[in-house]
Amino acid sequence: MDLILTPEEEAFRLEVREFLAAEVPEEVKRKTMTGFRLSKEEHVSWQKKLYEKGWVAPGWPVEHGGTGWTPMQKHLFEEECAAAGAPPVIAFGVTMVAPVIMAFGNDAQKGYYLPRILRSDDWWCQGYSEPGSGSDLASLRTKAVLNGDHYVVNGQKTWTSLAQHANLMFCLTRTEDTGKRQEGITFLLIDMEQPGVTVQPITTIDGSQEINNVFLEDVKVPVENRIGEEGKGWTYAKYLLGHERTGIAAVGRSKAQLKRLKTIASAEQHEGQALIEDANFREKIAEIEIDLLALESLVLRVLSDESSGKGPGPEASFLKIRGTEVQQGITELLVEAVGNYAHPYVPDAMKTGWNEDPIGPEHAASIAPHYFNWRKASIYGGSNEIQKNIIAKAVLGF
Amino acid sequence: MSFAFNDDQKMLAESADRFMLDDYAFETRRKIMSMDEGFSREVWSQFAELGWLALPIPEEHGGLGGSTVDTAVLMECFGRGLVVEPYMGTVVLGAGVVAAAGSDAQKGEILAGVAEGRTLLGFAHIEPKARFTLSHVETTATKDGAGYVLNGDKAIVHNADAADYLIVSARTAGATTDTDGVTLFLVDRKAEGVELRSYPTIDGLRASEVKLGGVKLGADAVIGDVDGAMPVIEAVVDRANVLLCAEAAGAMDAAVKLTVEYLKTRVQFGRPIGDFQVLQHRSVEMLGAKEYSRALTYRAAGVMDVANARDRARAVSAAKVEMGRAGKKIGQDGVQLHGGMGMTEDMAVGHYFKRLTMIDMLFGNTDHHLRRFARLA
Repeated sequence: MDLILTPEEEAFRLEVREFLAAEVPEEVKRKTMTGFRLSKEEHVSWQKKLYEKGWVAPGWPVEHGGTGWTPMQKHLFEEECAAAGAPPVIAFGVTMVAPVIMAFGNDAQKGYYLPRILRSDDWWCQGYSEPGSGSDLASLRTKAVLNGDHYVVNGQKTWTSLAQHANLMFCLTRTEDTGKRQEGITFLLIDMEQPGVTVQPITTIDGSQEINNVFLEDVKVPVENRIGEEGKGWTYAKYLLGHERTGIAAVGRSKAQLKRLKTIASAEQHEGQALIEDANFREKIAEIEIDLLALESLVLRVLSDESSGKGPGPEASFLKIRGTEVQQGITELLVEAVGNYAHPYVPDAMKTGWNEDPIGPEHAASIAPHYFNWRKASIYGGSNEIQKNIIAKAVLGF
Repeated sequence: MSFAFNDDQKMLAESADRFMLDDYAFETRRKIMSMDEGFSREVWSQFAELGWLALPIPEEHGGLGGSTVDTAVLMECFGRGLVVEPYMGTVVLGAGVVAAAGSDAQKGEILAGVAEGRTLLGFAHIEPKARFTLSHVETTATKDGAGYVLNGDKAIVHNADAADYLIVSARTAGATTDTDGVTLFLVDRKAEGVELRSYPTIDGLRASEVKLGGVKLGADAVIGDVDGAMPVIEAVVDRANVLLCAEAAGAMDAAVKLTVEYLKTRVQFGRPIGDFQVLQHRSVEMLGAKEYSRALTYRAAGVMDVANARDRARAVSAAKVEMGRAGKKIGQDGVQLHGGMGMTEDMAVGHYFKRLTMIDMLFGNTDHHLRRFARLA
């Protein structure tokens, strides 16, 4: 069921498609489609291309460098990017810290950071979770003590995605131990390239190194790197969570992956016919396709509410839940689709420059790691159980 | 493609919801169900006055020419109120067939009457052995001079005994499940040879088994093309399915709200049971199921009036699958979370459960539509 588009929307879609077809490098496309990790340089160089085109931050207000697109245009852009194998823009700068800086930063901070974010001059990471503070984030203990014109920060952050690439971290720190614990949290921007910051990779079950421990020992943070007021960091962090939440549904990505699933299921043989002809498997695909159509329908409804001035609201938590269920469901069916050749694990085969023959069909190489890696989706960004708590409280009034 | 409701649709929803609250409360509905015909002619007249019967009927025949989305908005409110009046059979299916394929004379005779509330219709298509195969038509229409003679059996014809006319499908050529060879007829319900065996349904409606024993019809009884009725039936049933999904969205909305209210008031272990996270999460899942089903339903409704047959079929089947899964979850969990009270006739939640279950079982259930969707991939 395709979207019914106006001629203007069709023309826009075509413009995006043509740009992507010309600009996404083949190697980047291959890696993105198959779930292989891109290098920092590949990400940054792609984001700079989008910046030059003026398309790197569709969600931003026009005065800061946004596109002024309609909700449908934003949706089409995301879908086309995913279909073309363009890497998603790394969220930490453009969609996470930037809206907080716009809303709560001072003029100097806006003037300095926002253009740098647009140009991908900095790589941001998110310093939220700690070993003792996961779902119960407000219990965080990384301590920031004011000492003249700077804070001294001590503590440990964990699950910090792509911190190995980052030169800046937006970080929740504790500046007050007494009173309500949400009220003693301060939002700091920390330079990662200084003494006292140690990044230690954590290897995940798929064998990749994407997340890290970040140790902060007597790290100096100038007061001008504080966002807003001391002790108000929790409010800013919550604002961030309520912002641009429709992206977390990853509709475009899932559509692209579903297409890949169908291609692979057409190539794989099962009892003398293409696997996709097997009624049972075909119905499994149909079920997830319907889940995805419903997800897309709700995303577009939320987006159209947003454009009429209604905020995304806690209902967006539904998008996170269903969005990640669909993503995970597709990775699961991909494993089923490749059958025996889910077994071999050859990390080198996923790297640029590997030129030996593939083991089994070429499409099988990354499937199992991808499946295991993607279990993260229902855990990160507030686990799906936490999302249900949010809805229970904010929507149902429990 | 717009995903926002326009002002007319918002006003329609407001007034229909107001009607359900003021004039169609649970106890009122109970009284209506126990009336002779199982619905209220008075309420039906009010529907006519409010313009609801005219809503989807083309303007040139005394209607308002509303879109499928417009009608879906109304049906969603009907779902919240568990309306038992024969809107589906008369306005959606019956008038839908006549508007799509009827002759000018048939349109003139039927459509204005439906819009004004004077004429009721029954859609006599499903057969005892058809299950969900829409083209399974054993009833025969045999040529008889210039006219036809009908013989056969029709099943679960909602509100047939109140109908002025039945829209009957019959085979004029081909084998039992052939797509070609089916013809539609407009049959006076009181015609000789039409026999009804009427009964209540589990979800509070009325229906009949219809026996057609040598019913003689003139050539002017044929609706649309001889042998070529299946595309009409498919289109009308597709639209009916989307509108059933809209009705279900309203029923799901009400069932979720009732359940959440119940959890907040029912005290056990010294506190409202809604304090327990396991029950909170189940209600969140119910709400989510409703939201997704509703969003997909309106998307399918938007596709209905513009898409080709294949895209239309895919959209409908996707919506019906989502609705079937959501309806089962919300119905079953709604009763479960009400505990023993949920099992009682006096609580509304069980009535929503029953309606949702029967909507799934009408014109193809979840499995049927999943297979249909998969085949059209």
